[in-house]
Amino acid sequence: MSEPTDGASGGDGEYEHYEAVVVGCGPGGAAAAAALADEGVETLVLERGVDAGAKNVSGGLIYAEESAPYTIDGLFPGFREAATERPVTEYHLHNVAGSQVKSFDITDLHEHDTDWCDAVLRREMDSWLAERVHERTRETGGGLLTEVKVDGLLREEGEIVGVTCEELDPIRADLVVAADGVNSELARDAGLMDWEEPEEWFQGVKAVVDLPDGAVPERFDVEGGEGVAHLFSGDLFDGVRGGGFVYTNEDSLSIGSVFHLDSVAAERAEPHELLDALLTHPFLGQWLADEEYEEREYSAKLVPDSKKAALQSPHQDRLVVVGDAAGQMQAQGPIIKGMNHAVTAGGLAAEAYAQAKARGDTSRAGEFYERKLHDEGVMEKLRPRRYEVASALGEPEPFANLTDAVLDSAVGRFGVRLLGDRLERLYSSPALSMMVPDTRTPYVTLPTVIAEELGAPVDETNDVEPPSLADRIGDLTYDTDVGNPHIELRDDSAAASGTAVTACPVSAEGFGGGCYRRETVESNGEREEVVSLDTQPCIECGTCAVVAETEWEHPRGGKGVEFEEG
Amino acid sequence: MHTVVLTKGVPDFREGQVAFDEDGHLERGATPTVMNPNDKHALRAALQTKVRNGGHVSLMSMGPPGFKEVLQEGMESVYADDAYLVSDRAFAAADTWATSIALTTAIERLDEHVAEGGVDMVFAGFKTADGETGHTGPQTCWGLDWPILTHVVSLDIDEEAGRVRAKRLVEGDIEEIETVEAPLPCFVVADPEFEPTYRKAAHRLTHKDLREETQERAQNHEEHVTVWDHEELNLDPDYVGLDGSPTIVSSVDPIPRAPAERDATMVDPDDGEAMRELVEEMVPLAGGE
Repeated sequence: MSEPTDGASGGDGEYEHYEAVVVGCGPGGAAAAAALADEGVETLVLERGVDAGAKNVSGGLIYAEESAPYTIDGLFPGFREAATERPVTEYHLHNVAGSQVKSFDITDLHEHDTDWCDAVLRREMDSWLAERVHERTRETGGGLLTEVKVDGLLREEGEIVGVTCEELDPIRADLVVAADGVNSELARDAGLMDWEEPEEWFQGVKAVVDLPDGAVPERFDVEGGEGVAHLFSGDLFDGVRGGGFVYTNEDSLSIGSVFHLDSVAAERAEPHELLDALLTHPFLGQWLADEEYEEREYSAKLVPDSKKAALQSPHQDRLVVVGDAAGQMQAQGPIIKGMNHAVTAGGLAAEAYAQAKARGDTSRAGEFYERKLHDEGVMEKLRPRRYEVASALGEPEPFANLTDAVLDSAVGRFGVRLLGDRLERLYSSPALSMMVPDTRTPYVTLPTVIAEELGAPVDETNDVEPPSLADRIGDLTYDTDVGNPHIELRDDSAAASGTAVTACPVSAEGFGGGCYRRETVESNGEREEVVSLDTQPCIECGTCAVVAETEWEHPRGGKGVEFEEG
Repeated sequence: MHTVVLTKGVPDFREGQVAFDEDGHLERGATPTVMNPNDKHALRAALQTKVRNGGHVSLMSMGPPGFKEVLQEGMESVYADDAYLVSDRAFAAADTWATSIALTTAIERLDEHVAEGGVDMVFAGFKTADGETGHTGPQTCWGLDWPILTHVVSLDIDEEAGRVRAKRLVEGDIEEIETVEAPLPCFVVADPEFEPTYRKAAHRLTHKDLREETQERAQNHEEHVTVWDHEELNLDPDYVGLDGSPTIVSSVDPIPRAPAERDATMVDPDDGEAMRELVEEMVPLAGGE
């Protein structure tokens, strides 16, 4: 008989076994689990949040692509009616220079290969999915458990055979689906992902802003149930490479900014201030009223740049990796698609496993999955060959500076004026959007020049005063794992980890209430600049894992931040 | 496995719920009755047993018909299959001895009626919030003539071997824990430190299933409650209620609140001048004066 509290209550020391274990119940995990259950595979889904969606943040648009083999409503009938906010029927891009704005309607680009596209809030969406996932997987003998954090891979003789968890004994499985998000501990345990290169990441920061009933159709000039997406680029972010967005929800707005993390780090930019620059821009005055301005939630997340980070072989032994965990997040110019690719990958992973099983060799699931990602065109979307060619020419510094300089010169400005509204058509080209290089040119210089040369001044005023970082943190819900910090600083010198003070979305220079702050320590008469860390306000975005020297893990199941909107 | 969980309805002693009269005596009528707070540890231990070992859980209480609400609360938290209320005017004003006699009889009665091997375990909390004696559980166990495990903080049952292994606090001290074993059937008093553990996914999935099942059952809890009076249990009125109670409560004296001995000075932390004075006053104290 076993010891009472060591947990091996079965007493025989054998690990539990499920045919498939899916880690994470976001769209990728939910899709994989539903598709596995449909194949009759005994599927256990482990989600670390108190509820699916409690840990999930996205900008807010989910696409169903015409060319995709799986869509979320295909896998979950009734999804759009029950779990989304508004369909996005208009798509605008605004080029900003000071208070000058030149707007393009790029709805054509948005509609390219799009069956439908809806704005979503992740807590509502993911928890709805999770209920269906539990019902369907329970019938296979598995089911969904929340508040369970999978913290690593179970190996036998060097081979992956299951998962280890904080809250449960190790579990063996024939298939492990890592759908554990952008900071996937499983992909890192397998050596497939790291947090080394800031160039491979974007950082998104978002505020969900409350609106009065009926304000969306009125202020955004759309039909009752419809919605709209607005994108922003240009000089409103002090030269940091990236852009902003405003998406309409049922009775709120998702307003956010997404920046290249290397640029955020290099410019020592404060992410919340970048967001505030958008929130307070006069152009948004037509939608926001200062006296009623109320933020429901502040959030942030890292976003992998699939062009650089999408795994070519997202599998190892019995492990397959889907969604953000595998870098499957497409951000090319104004096209930002992540959740749809996660859904497709989840579906394909399930299909691959069923196929391998039918052939009597489940160990080939990963190999089949990789092949399907290529055959179904997913990899071409994530890592387009056009981009590989264009970036080879466009990204090296001298070339980047040259195009920037030319564009900003009299010659370049003349060209922009000459193109005039034909630029709108160029911006609407799916082929061109794939080639957009990760330089200042498309994100900052070109939109600024366009706005200066072609734009008109905004006559709105915007008196919104966004809340302070302290208030934003104060409004979030946390269940702190007291005495058990999930992040540790490996090197607290300002040189190694100082960037976290600015780049962390809940920290700032001169602000003591965030995760990271600067301190001067005097020892033996020597003064030293160090960085100190308090993980209590952490919103689990993973930024510091990239820009600082940390030991980074997620909090235990159910602990840490709990997003109500997401 | 068939387990029985003993529970009791007690006055809700929480601030804002409890009412006292001018003499400091409890006003029963004005104070709501709730499940004895300590019983939740027994419920958690019983739930762990049901989730990990399966089987049937019966909730049992002795008290007035109004205790059915308490049983509903208990059913919701232990996911009990049914409930038994030992209730009769003849049981009124019973002390812990008379109560134990009635409960022992009721458990024996249930034992005879349970298919497949009778009752395997009885769980109790370690004392009630009103009487605070901690007698009823052990006395009931004495009546059953079963082994008793008290101050249990964790529990593991090997049904096949017919044995229970438990960790328990020695003399109620969290610093000293011993591991003990007992044969089934046995009586378990769960300590407030009891922590259920569900380290297998299968257990947690079962837990989730039971939660859904039970919500429905608890809503129609009356259908699942059996009431037994003294005739039903074949109990001699001389051995129950006030007549069967060798102890009586003669009076209850309220303990007066101790007067505060020190004067408190409130200082507004934003008041710089007041804070400076405070620091100046405290500086000598820091030096040990």
